[in-house]
Amino acid sequence: MDNTQSFQFFNRGPSPAVRLVFFVVLSLLLLFIDARYRYLESTRSALSVLVSPLQRLATMPGVLWQQAGDFFTTQRSLVEDNKSLHQQHERDAAQLSQLQALQQENQQLRNLLALPQRGELAMQAAEIMYAERDIFKRKVLIDKGADANVQIGQVVMDDAGIVGQITRVYPRLAEVTLITEKDHAVPVQVLRNGLRTILFGAGDTSQLSLRYMPVSSDIQNGDLLVTSGIDGIYPPGIPVAKVVKIERDAAYPFARVTCLPVAGVDKHRHLLILSGLPRLPERPAEEPAAAQNSKTKQKK
Amino acid sequence: MPYSVPANPEIQRPVSNTLIVFSVLLALFLNGLPWEGVWLMLRPDFVALVLLYWCTHKPLRVGIGLSWAVGILADVADASLFGQHALAYTLLAFGGVMLHHRLKMFDLRQQTTQVFGILALTYMVYALVHWQVNGYMVWPYFLGCLTSTLLWVPLSIMFQAARQMRVSRDH
Repeated sequence: MDNTQSFQFFNRGPSPAVRLVFFVVLSLLLLFIDARYRYLESTRSALSVLVSPLQRLATMPGVLWQQAGDFFTTQRSLVEDNKSLHQQHERDAAQLSQLQALQQENQQLRNLLALPQRGELAMQAAEIMYAERDIFKRKVLIDKGADANVQIGQVVMDDAGIVGQITRVYPRLAEVTLITEKDHAVPVQVLRNGLRTILFGAGDTSQLSLRYMPVSSDIQNGDLLVTSGIDGIYPPGIPVAKVVKIERDAAYPFARVTCLPVAGVDKHRHLLILSGLPRLPERPAEEPAAAQNSKTKQKK
Repeated sequence: MPYSVPANPEIQRPVSNTLIVFSVLLALFLNGLPWEGVWLMLRPDFVALVLLYWCTHKPLRVGIGLSWAVGILADVADASLFGQHALAYTLLAFGGVMLHHRLKMFDLRQQTTQVFGILALTYMVYALVHWQVNGYMVWPYFLGCLTSTLLWVPLSIMFQAARQMRVSRDH
């Protein structure tokens, strides 16, 4: 029989069982505090100083591979790239001049109608350092952090549309939660008819879904969804997703609408962080409690 | 039999702190490589494997406390909840320390089944915490448990070689 456990010649501190209980309780406590109150962000960024050299080192093989690929790019593909980029540029330039005229016109109209002006968006370029190496999450880390004045809640996009939102800021890194993250919501509008709705990420695939769309709602395959800007977080009018599949089943009150993101959520390396979003006017003061209660009841 | 000579003399060979620290750092580095897509699903948890190796081979040097601390570092590296890896690795270390007598009696092939049990427990705890907090499960995550188990034999042979090299250099 195993009697080494009860009979100790040397004092080696508390027994494994005691240590187990101690560290399990400590972990559970930390889990609870982190999940509920998020008090530990400063500790996290302090510890990240220890870990980040290792993380940077871990990105090196990928960077080297990429550099090697860049080095061996053939002359022909460069020429072709250059050509297509030139064409793209010419097309874009034509559109841009049109856009400027429209912008002018829009400004004048807004002036006439005494609507507030749409502010210009300040942008900051950033590069993806690596994708989150956790199968549970759809997040990427970018190379701009608190030192570049990146803030939590800022919107991240690429050249085509919305990619995600900044959810955590480290001294020299920031974490972007992609719009495909489970339950990540973006308020959107159907470009064709202005129908407002909310777009949710699905988590395990790169798909998005519209929930709570009545079966009878006017939505079609190929509809482009753009941000509605109602929440005051996402600027209005930026493409987010395209509708690819609609299932209308009369047995359910809501249609199942599947969308794909417009932006290369999983593809690109270079992203833009939007900063300096227009401030929304303050919410009106809360109504008296009684009035509010009756209102919430009505909503239910 | 009240006392038996360990079948595996390798267990008693000395090991330097440098090797332990280096192997843990290397494991954190390997976990941190940009794994993506299918590879991410199949990624073995190198940190868990290395910790389990040291907990079963040098339980007095690497134990529950150190595993917990490494778990906290892994939490920071992975941006998971504080304590998620730490909790899983604490249980892993406890399993390792408890089983280290038994593992001594087995050869590598037999050890693998035991190791699979401990790793499965670790993976389950991690997934369970995630499920509790976020309310959904990603099943392919458990594939990593299998690949980790498959790595136990090569890892043990590698560490054995590394320790042997050191011993022959010292003499």
